[in-house]
Amino acid sequence: MIIHDKYMEENLMIEIRFHGRGGQGSVTAAEILAKAAFKDGKYSQAFPFFGVERRGAPVMAFTRIDDKPIDLRYQVYNPDYVLVLDDGLLNVVDVFSGIKDSTEVIINTETFEGSGAHKVHSIDATGIALDMLGRNIVNTIILGYFAKKTQAVSIDSLLEVIAETFPGKVGELNVEATKKAYDMG
Amino acid sequence: MVKEVMTSNKAVAEAVRLAKPQVIPVYPITPQTTISEYLAQYVADEKIAAKYVKVESEHSAISAAVGASGAGVRVFTATSSQGLMLMHEILFAAAGMRTPFVLADANRAISAPLNIWNDQQDSIAQRDAGWLQIYVENAQEALDTTLMAYKISENPDVLLPSMVCLDGFILTHTVEPVEIPDQESVDKFLPPYVPEHAYLDPKEPMSIGNFADPDYYTEARYAMQVAMDNSIEVIQKTCDEFAEIFGRQYGLVEPYKTEDADIIFVAMGSLCSTIRVIVDQLRDQGEKVGLLKIRAYRPFPVEAIKEAVKNCEKIAVIDKNYSFGIGGALYSDMKVKIDKEIYGFIAGLGGRDITPEYILEAYEKTKVPEKDVTWIGLKEE
Repeated sequence: MIIHDKYMEENLMIEIRFHGRGGQGSVTAAEILAKAAFKDGKYSQAFPFFGVERRGAPVMAFTRIDDKPIDLRYQVYNPDYVLVLDDGLLNVVDVFSGIKDSTEVIINTETFEGSGAHKVHSIDATGIALDMLGRNIVNTIILGYFAKKTQAVSIDSLLEVIAETFPGKVGELNVEATKKAYDMG
Repeated sequence: MVKEVMTSNKAVAEAVRLAKPQVIPVYPITPQTTISEYLAQYVADEKIAAKYVKVESEHSAISAAVGASGAGVRVFTATSSQGLMLMHEILFAAAGMRTPFVLADANRAISAPLNIWNDQQDSIAQRDAGWLQIYVENAQEALDTTLMAYKISENPDVLLPSMVCLDGFILTHTVEPVEIPDQESVDKFLPPYVPEHAYLDPKEPMSIGNFADPDYYTEARYAMQVAMDNSIEVIQKTCDEFAEIFGRQYGLVEPYKTEDADIIFVAMGSLCSTIRVIVDQLRDQGEKVGLLKIRAYRPFPVEAIKEAVKNCEKIAVIDKNYSFGIGGALYSDMKVKIDKEIYGFIAGLGGRDITPEYILEAYEKTKVPEKDVTWIGLKEE
């Protein structure tokens, strides 16, 4: 990916890859992030790669954020950030595929024994979700943690988009849970 | 005017809302797009005063569209992949009956093997139906082109239906910022449809598209070719008029750094964005290379293409479709109409991701050709 590497060197673009399972909201998370970045005044793009369309199947989604319009129309192979919504996937797919020395990985898990030099963060998003939302949906929570750890998106924009995406009580609860994850970051 | 982050599907639905169709017949089950879901919501919310007709197949959806358009109202429908294949028979009837409505097709692969992902075989397989086909590159262009398609199709010198072709998943499921025009500007650009030629009216009964014996059939088909020829100028004029009101300029084709290029890529749809990035990088390395994006595939804008490629030595056509024994459809059309050294490349079938490496390979194999048509990224086992 020489062309891509050169492009990334010359531009301020960041690329994020989400790993989750069908039904967990990875695609929605990628879209929320793109919308929040747009609210911050950036250009953004988010898209899924579906395997088979069924609940529980591994799903990937991607977000790109840049200061100028985004012209790349292929998948993200060398992400700057990887967000893993389900630690059960660690045994199923290579979530570390194509990562760079600088890549940061955030995993929803109780504990993670990191190996090697990469920055791996773990957050018990499932614990927060069960506690605050009453169900194991972690997509907004992991974004809150991501926002604090990376400063790639502002928490204000993120919370605004979450409230718009989930109207009413669900939105309010998600905003609170996202804030909590942000504070833990 | 507002700017929002949305998929190309939603962008098309927004354009349809602004175009104010009176009838929207759709088959609402897979492989339908979310375009029809958004439109169902808009109709339910009374954002569009349209009759939303749910039918039992795509064949019925397009038949209902022809019927409604024949009755003289503005009509929209959407489909994808196998759905478009089931419409095949009536696509020809729609064009032959000169019903000027608009269909959005989410470009996706055709079975078998079963594959839900992007390529352009579905709409390419309909290229001889007599429809205008315009391929779009991003969500903004999907919205803008849907609006322009009505104005082009409804022009009395054209009166042919339009197919807006947008890459499945790569556009239909990708969110990105889109500017939504305001209703007032759109009304100015696209006034209500007033049919001037044949349409069904109980007060002045007539029939459309029923029977033409050997004495008349040829002339009816030739009249469609004349309409296609007319559409070249109408498309360009409509693009210019759109640019005046909305500030975004489109054309039949869009040349990029072609003026002094030795090698020019020719492609359609979302792939053009990636190619433009690669053209820039190759230019940084001193390579004289450009891109010619084909927006209007039918009518095939021969003169505009000739003008854009007149100075180049070679052409690399990248097709997301294949005609067995020949090559890609765009490649073979270019070979017929353009007197240049042309090479064809097949890429991105069934959703195979087209990375920069694939495009570079096409470039290298155009510089040092091995054969006329090359399947890029083929796993040879």
